[in-house]
Amino acid sequence: MNAWIEKQRHLIDFTLASLARRRTKNLGLLLVYALLVFVLASVALYTHALRQEAARVLERSPEVILQRMVAGRHDLIPPGYLERIGRIRGVQQIEGRLWGYYYDPVVKANYTFMAPAAEQVKAGTLVVGPAVARSRGLAPGNTISFRAYSGKLFAFTVAGVLPHASELVSADLVLMSEADFRAFFEYPAGHHTDIALSVANPLEVRTVAAKLAAALPDSRPILREEVLRTYASIFDWREGLMLALLSAAIFAFAILAWEKASGLSAEEKREIGILKAIGWETGDVIKMKLWEGGLISLTAFLLGFVAAYVQVFRFGAPLFEPVLKGWAVLYPRFELVPAIDGLQVATLFFFTVFPYMAAVLVPIWRAAITDPDSAMRS
Amino acid sequence: MLFQPAIIALLLASGVAVAMLAAAAPFAVQVIRQWDIASGSERQLQLERRTYLFSTLAAFVMTVQLIALLLFVFNADRMSVMFVGAMCAVGTLNVNAWGFPALIAQMAVFFLAATWLAVNHVDTRAPDYPLVRIKYALLLLLLPALAFAFGLQLKYFLGLKADVITSCCGSLFSGDAKGLAAEVAALKPAPAMLLFYGAIAVSAGLTFAHARTRRYGYAAAAASAGAFAATLVGVLSFVSLYIYEHPNHHCPFCILKPEYGHQGYWLYVPLFAATAAGLGVGALQPFRRVASLREVLPTVSRRLASIAAIGYLLVAMIATYFVLQSNLILIGH
Repeated sequence: MNAWIEKQRHLIDFTLASLARRRTKNLGLLLVYALLVFVLASVALYTHALRQEAARVLERSPEVILQRMVAGRHDLIPPGYLERIGRIRGVQQIEGRLWGYYYDPVVKANYTFMAPAAEQVKAGTLVVGPAVARSRGLAPGNTISFRAYSGKLFAFTVAGVLPHASELVSADLVLMSEADFRAFFEYPAGHHTDIALSVANPLEVRTVAAKLAAALPDSRPILREEVLRTYASIFDWREGLMLALLSAAIFAFAILAWEKASGLSAEEKREIGILKAIGWETGDVIKMKLWEGGLISLTAFLLGFVAAYVQVFRFGAPLFEPVLKGWAVLYPRFELVPAIDGLQVATLFFFTVFPYMAAVLVPIWRAAITDPDSAMRS
Repeated sequence: MLFQPAIIALLLASGVAVAMLAAAAPFAVQVIRQWDIASGSERQLQLERRTYLFSTLAAFVMTVQLIALLLFVFNADRMSVMFVGAMCAVGTLNVNAWGFPALIAQMAVFFLAATWLAVNHVDTRAPDYPLVRIKYALLLLLLPALAFAFGLQLKYFLGLKADVITSCCGSLFSGDAKGLAAEVAALKPAPAMLLFYGAIAVSAGLTFAHARTRRYGYAAAAASAGAFAATLVGVLSFVSLYIYEHPNHHCPFCILKPEYGHQGYWLYVPLFAATAAGLGVGALQPFRRVASLREVLPTVSRRLASIAAIGYLLVAMIATYFVLQSNLILIGH
């Protein structure tokens, strides 16, 4: 075993020295390789972080949301629905929610107006989300007026700004009292936007949903796990699509690697010729060349991955953000929590190192079988 | 669901592997028909040169297949969030009829690839390449196996559609369900432990004996295959129970999940390595009388046997550790 390790060590030593001798050629390849890893790793890291973020956000949301449908469109929950649901075993809490969208022509963006159930907001005041506060330059104590859809003007005092930590969910949120909400939107009394139910046992969620659908046939229950699953598959799909588009780049890179590996300079040919003349076997030359490919791959992978990590988690992935994140006027600003996923590293490895190694095998062999005399003579 | 990064990677790996082996097939036929190490003809020289290429190629393909198995299981476990009712890899693999066949095919390819690599290794270390014909004949046999595994994977991944209700591990591996997996799971912990420790002891003993005395090669390989099966039975019927600390949860895949600290990998990686090495010992035995392998083969075979013995001991130690540190009591004192 020791002899084997010793042999590999000497091979690596030799390979490194020979790589250093042809610095410019190898540096170019390394750069392109690292760039490819960088692009792919950025996509992978960013989507994974987004997926994590979505999961974290939805963790606290109600297990089931019930919407009423009229002619296939979302409609208000009329009075009496909450009572008709009654008591369902396993449901801890039923709550009618009040929320809606308001288009603010000043910043050309939509806000989400909401009246929280537990009466935290005093009449005539607002609690605004961080993005709203930023775009309108609001601070606690300021007064702001909105023109309602009915044309009337309403003035509110800002009582507070929601903490930055919750920005992903609360960026465009405006909280107000129930009375203000109903007056502002002229919301019919007793009506709600939708119903939120919390279910303690995750195994019972589907049963609860089935009971709801049976009790209120004109409504549709939306499960948190469904939302989560949809997010996960959307992000996966976006990532996969990016990778599929980038596969052209991978292919081009494989061709480049093939070209680089087969375009041996006269000096390299002579080197291999001398090695074989002094007793190296074809197998040894192949091993040396494989080490060369392995070392370049590893270096490029590490460089590219670290660069991608820094780009995504230090600078917020400016290169791929618009494609992967989606877009909105009041998009939440959020810090991504650094997360590395083993599966993604493995996948990335398959996407970069595997094509590279597959592409250089034939050129390596071609180089290795050169006859010593013909190599040295040319 | 083709636009899933890990799925693309897996299909890429299998597709390239099949393409590479298919490209090597005509050459393999040529080697089988025309190889003659004693000849100094131009053709023989050509063949000898080309064997370097195709041996490296095949070794590369096989190594990739070893990693692909890990990625396949890892990915199946991860995708379980996409399917209603799926809680771990079992649910994902059950989404359509091709999931478990694809996994089993990938496992078969894993062991075939490992044994091929063992044969290849001894062959390249002998000066006259005595096994070259056999090696390439095996390669021709491996090609359809790989293509079949690739086809199953493709079929499985193409048939995946998020949201199909699948049976989760709770119903497949619970005590009253029917089928082989359930029968095994229903094995009582005590006989399962006996089987597990017995099989491990026999295989570790035989591989160790082979490493020391060079005998019992076939027996060691057979015991390795037996120990592999016995360990899977053991995981189903008691190891997993101790890890989950739950008397009815038999799933062999949930132990791979982060909730359980990825403990399954500690068990499965040595198990697969040991079994591959043990089978490799068996694959080498028919050639031990070949003149030019007299020196090389026993060394390699002995090393493989040591790896297998150490691997099985590790498996036993890790499983024992899981049982001892668990709070569950399955067998009363």
